[in-house]
Amino acid sequence: MYNLQKCQYGTNIPIRHARTHLPHNDNHEDLTMARLSQWLLASTSAVALVAGTAQAQDTAQTQEGNRFVMVTHGVPSDPFWSVVKNGAEEAAEVVGAELEYRAPSSFDMAKMQQLVDAAVASNPDGLIVSFTDEDALGGVVQRAADNGIPVISINSGGDVAQNYGTRLHIGQSEYEAGKQAAERMQEMGVEKGLCVNHEQGNQGLDQRCDGFLEGFDGNAEQLATTYDPTSIRNAIVAYLNENSDVRGILTLGALAAEPMLQAMREQGATDMFTLGTFDLSPGILESLEQGGLDFAIDQQQYLQGYLPVMFLDQYVKNGLLPAGNVATGPGFVTQENAAQVIELSEQGIR
Amino acid sequence: MKPNESTQPASAVAQQQDERLQEVSFWKKALSRPELGALAGTVLVLAFFIVAASGTGMFTPAGIVNFLEVAAQLGIIATAAALLMIGGEFDLSIGSMIGLAGILIAIPAVEYGWPLWAAILLAFSCAALVGWINGNLVNKTGLPSFIVTLGFLFILRGLAIGISRLLTGRTQVGGVHDHIPGDWFAALFSGEVATGLFAWMASQGWIATNFANNPVVTGIPVSIVWWLALTAVATWVLLCTPYGNWIFASGGDKNAARNSGVPVQRVKISLFMFTAFSATVFACLQVMDTGSADTIRGMLKELEAIIAVVIGGALLTGGYGSAIGAALGALIFGMVQMGIFYTGVNTDWFQVFLGVMLLVAVLFNNYMRKKAMEAK
Repeated sequence: MYNLQKCQYGTNIPIRHARTHLPHNDNHEDLTMARLSQWLLASTSAVALVAGTAQAQDTAQTQEGNRFVMVTHGVPSDPFWSVVKNGAEEAAEVVGAELEYRAPSSFDMAKMQQLVDAAVASNPDGLIVSFTDEDALGGVVQRAADNGIPVISINSGGDVAQNYGTRLHIGQSEYEAGKQAAERMQEMGVEKGLCVNHEQGNQGLDQRCDGFLEGFDGNAEQLATTYDPTSIRNAIVAYLNENSDVRGILTLGALAAEPMLQAMREQGATDMFTLGTFDLSPGILESLEQGGLDFAIDQQQYLQGYLPVMFLDQYVKNGLLPAGNVATGPGFVTQENAAQVIELSEQGIR
Repeated sequence: MKPNESTQPASAVAQQQDERLQEVSFWKKALSRPELGALAGTVLVLAFFIVAASGTGMFTPAGIVNFLEVAAQLGIIATAAALLMIGGEFDLSIGSMIGLAGILIAIPAVEYGWPLWAAILLAFSCAALVGWINGNLVNKTGLPSFIVTLGFLFILRGLAIGISRLLTGRTQVGGVHDHIPGDWFAALFSGEVATGLFAWMASQGWIATNFANNPVVTGIPVSIVWWLALTAVATWVLLCTPYGNWIFASGGDKNAARNSGVPVQRVKISLFMFTAFSATVFACLQVMDTGSADTIRGMLKELEAIIAVVIGGALLTGGYGSAIGAALGALIFGMVQMGIFYTGVNTDWFQVFLGVMLLVAVLFNNYMRKKAMEAK
């Protein structure tokens, strides 16, 4: 088990994954299971083993199982994508399909394009792609559709993927998630909000903030910071000292959530504010349980793996497919369900 | 110093002195010091914010501590970067060293139950080793330190990510706060000093309360003390010890220095070790402060340190500069970085604002220095 883990970690890990305009921005912020990811990798491999044996039996018994290929941009060591893969593998087991999961060893659209290319050439019964880059992936995805391979896009690219012949998108609209965060804060009595953006220029993060500002009808501001924790914390304190009417604060990832929580703890001001963040981490889950943090937004990426396999299977077998895109997020984690999320994250589902 | 070409001595006093020595007034002497340009820049930036952020909390005790803390952390690495740059070399691996040192402190303490002091010593030992390797590579290969340390920028960052993912499966390690109480060594890097004084000042009503109705300042963050202490020590070393002369000589003309008996290689190795040391001090302060380590910490800090040193009047070519100048450079950087939150400028323009202010500060500082040199 230990060796396997070593192999997985030995792959290229991009120095700054978040830079790469990933909407879910997972390398730092989406460490859903963080401490548990070791366990996760082990469990993934266990599932893979089980699936492998099941598959061997399947091929012996029935030659009918569909073959689906899933290509994502998540590097192998990334815990966010382990959850997606878990979902896909469990769905494949349920419907008796054969699933091939492929991802480049580093965040590289050229490599990913080659992987999709190879997948199309192998003529699968269905293709699942995280549509991260329109320019790099549009052409090959279109070719798959032209060759009669049904394609479902997941995670990113929901707004453009269907121009290239995909059937459906399963993921979270970052803009919509930010907007819902604002609406939730307003329901909790916040009149003026603040969105802390620790990486301006990251498309996904900018969309989250835009949605939040829109949700507040402009009655909110964006605070741009660096990703240095001391600067984030001091900037928040400085801003609040100048803008005493702000009562709701949204951070866009664990990287910024923890300095915000620290600022609140140090000032003893946790109860004065409604605090929300995107993404989960052990620290965030703990704050949720203790009530310091009011909510965390999670895109339930397990469904981004599970659903496309189910849908494709139905489509190939019976020609059935949902009529519209499926939003897996925003899912809100609050004090009420934090304990359950912690448990599920140990199982590799959240 | 130029010989006095005037045929008529200016005064009787000058006549009695060596004719080649020119009397230089205190002000002219002061103005030709490298840090005086930086002081002018600091005054300019200060004046800008006094006008632009008037009526805000920037110059209340809380606001001052707020930007001083950011300046202090940068100042700690800028001091070491200043000595190294005066010695004629760069260290681009500082930022990555910060990330790696943080991981080396947090993982043994949190995951393996080491006492914090042992984890901190481990980080300092590794930093010393990295500095030693950097220095030796530069000496032995003759490659520019820019290239050697650029390599280490990637190596150290990659090690931080690789080690933390291998051992913990994530890139952020929290929970250090639980280990700080009772650890004498960690106490050097955490908390605030003079808390009693500030509590007393608050009880006297001299310090206002903030948005959460707490006294705005409860003490001076320990990072500020480290910053002032390191700047003082570095200034003393540069100006008052033979080693300081060696640094200037090594950066000014390596061969001439070597020929006159300066152990140039040893000086450079020790300077690289000092930059790695200061990066580890930075990492310690930040890990104790935030309670967590993250492999991404310290990113771009190597460039910020160089900016601070250059604003502080050091030459990129070596042989000229000062530690006080670097401290002032860090102060300017801290003020500008935090100041935007008080000016009410839309933070979309944050980086433009930061860049423009830094350029203006450097230009003004250069102009002042040139004026001072002409006057001589």
